[in-house]
Amino acid sequence: MRILIVGGGTAGTIVANNLARRLGAETRAGKVRITLLSASDRHMYQPGLLYVAFGHMTPDQLYRDQASLLEPNIDFHVDPVTKFNLDKNQVLTAGGKTHDYDILVIATGSRMVPEETPGLTEGAEFFYTEASAVKMFKRLREFQGGKVVVAVGVPHKCPIAPVEVMFMLHDYFKARGIRDKVQLKYHYPIGRIHTIENVAIWAKPEFERIGVETETLFNIKEVDVKNNLLKSEEDTEVAYDLLIVIPQHRGMEVLETDNLGEGGWIPTDRFSLAMKGRDNVYVVGDTTNLPVSKTGSAAHFQAETLAENIASIVKIGAPVRDYDGKVYCFIEAGHDRATYAMFNYQNPPDLKPPSKPMHWFKLSYNQMYWTSVRGLL
Amino acid sequence: MSEMRIIDARDTFCPGPLMELISYMKRASVGDEFELLSTDKGSVNDIPEWIKKVGHEMLGSEQVEGVWHIKVRKAK
Repeated sequence: MRILIVGGGTAGTIVANNLARRLGAETRAGKVRITLLSASDRHMYQPGLLYVAFGHMTPDQLYRDQASLLEPNIDFHVDPVTKFNLDKNQVLTAGGKTHDYDILVIATGSRMVPEETPGLTEGAEFFYTEASAVKMFKRLREFQGGKVVVAVGVPHKCPIAPVEVMFMLHDYFKARGIRDKVQLKYHYPIGRIHTIENVAIWAKPEFERIGVETETLFNIKEVDVKNNLLKSEEDTEVAYDLLIVIPQHRGMEVLETDNLGEGGWIPTDRFSLAMKGRDNVYVVGDTTNLPVSKTGSAAHFQAETLAENIASIVKIGAPVRDYDGKVYCFIEAGHDRATYAMFNYQNPPDLKPPSKPMHWFKLSYNQMYWTSVRGLL
Repeated sequence: MSEMRIIDARDTFCPGPLMELISYMKRASVGDEFELLSTDKGSVNDIPEWIKKVGHEMLGSEQVEGVWHIKVRKAK
């Protein structure tokens, strides 16, 4: 049995490690081979980018060598896939290799695409890559006062980030002693300030308390860089001195090229995580088209479910459980308080008041992630 | 007329039905039609509100066995 995992992010790494542990005897006996292909020899803790943007972490703290995170019975190659040939049960790689499989797991993640919105790359700051997070921090350091506008593209990774960045901005400028010189304005695509109703209900008075203005039903259309204006699909506009955007995302380009899914999001069964129309192809993490948050937490819980199911398919010929839509997201409510949102397909989150212990737990998790991605936590 | 495409946004709290619809509408061409399935009772109000504000077209909505079927067309 050849199990091929494409993608070495949170989902792919957890699937690989979890399978390697569950199928240790089978891999030692040569009955099962677990292969992981990744585009990078390094693994990034992506939630840390928010801290980089505010000078609380440096980029080097976000990385580990991918190989150091993997169980020894995983056949690991840094060689990105350039062609998915699902009818032949094989993929081709940039290195010119062909990998055949019996079971394929696609976990290639997502990427920000600000270049798809006119003026956005030139006019806005982001924190979804190392380079953009460092650049945003430097812009924040130089900023001496004026109007900071935050807006949100659709779809985007880490749906809690728009809310978190407002609290972080407030605390950052307060610490610098210039909060009274900074106007913070938040724009959100739908008719309330967060897509999760309970998060919106919680965040509204919090935003009022810290002096954040809000505008809803605002979808980014273009940036007039010359005049520092952000324009919306709803024909409104806002002037800014500093523009921070949660950028629109897409799945990986090769998935669109190979017609695996519109926008790079693969049609996926919400319970089995199987690619629709394929019995031996599974999809986890941001790559799915599921109506589930594109976040490391969802990737984690999907990966655990899928690894257990694939191991069961190997051992007894059938999967043992469904993914229930579980997501658990920390919400940083500033530099020293946090809360969380936990939900699944059937149960909405019930937010608790932010607390210092929850913030300390988040700081701890920033390190515990490396245990989590090894499939131990 | 293009074929009406289904967006299954049942039982989702995040990103939620309207955010799902916006994702699909951004990638669509003028004239494309979608039927959004939602179990969120708020969808029957917040989706027409956004469709009207942004200038797309509502084609109708009905509730069948607890699921809202909301039909829209991209108009610009």
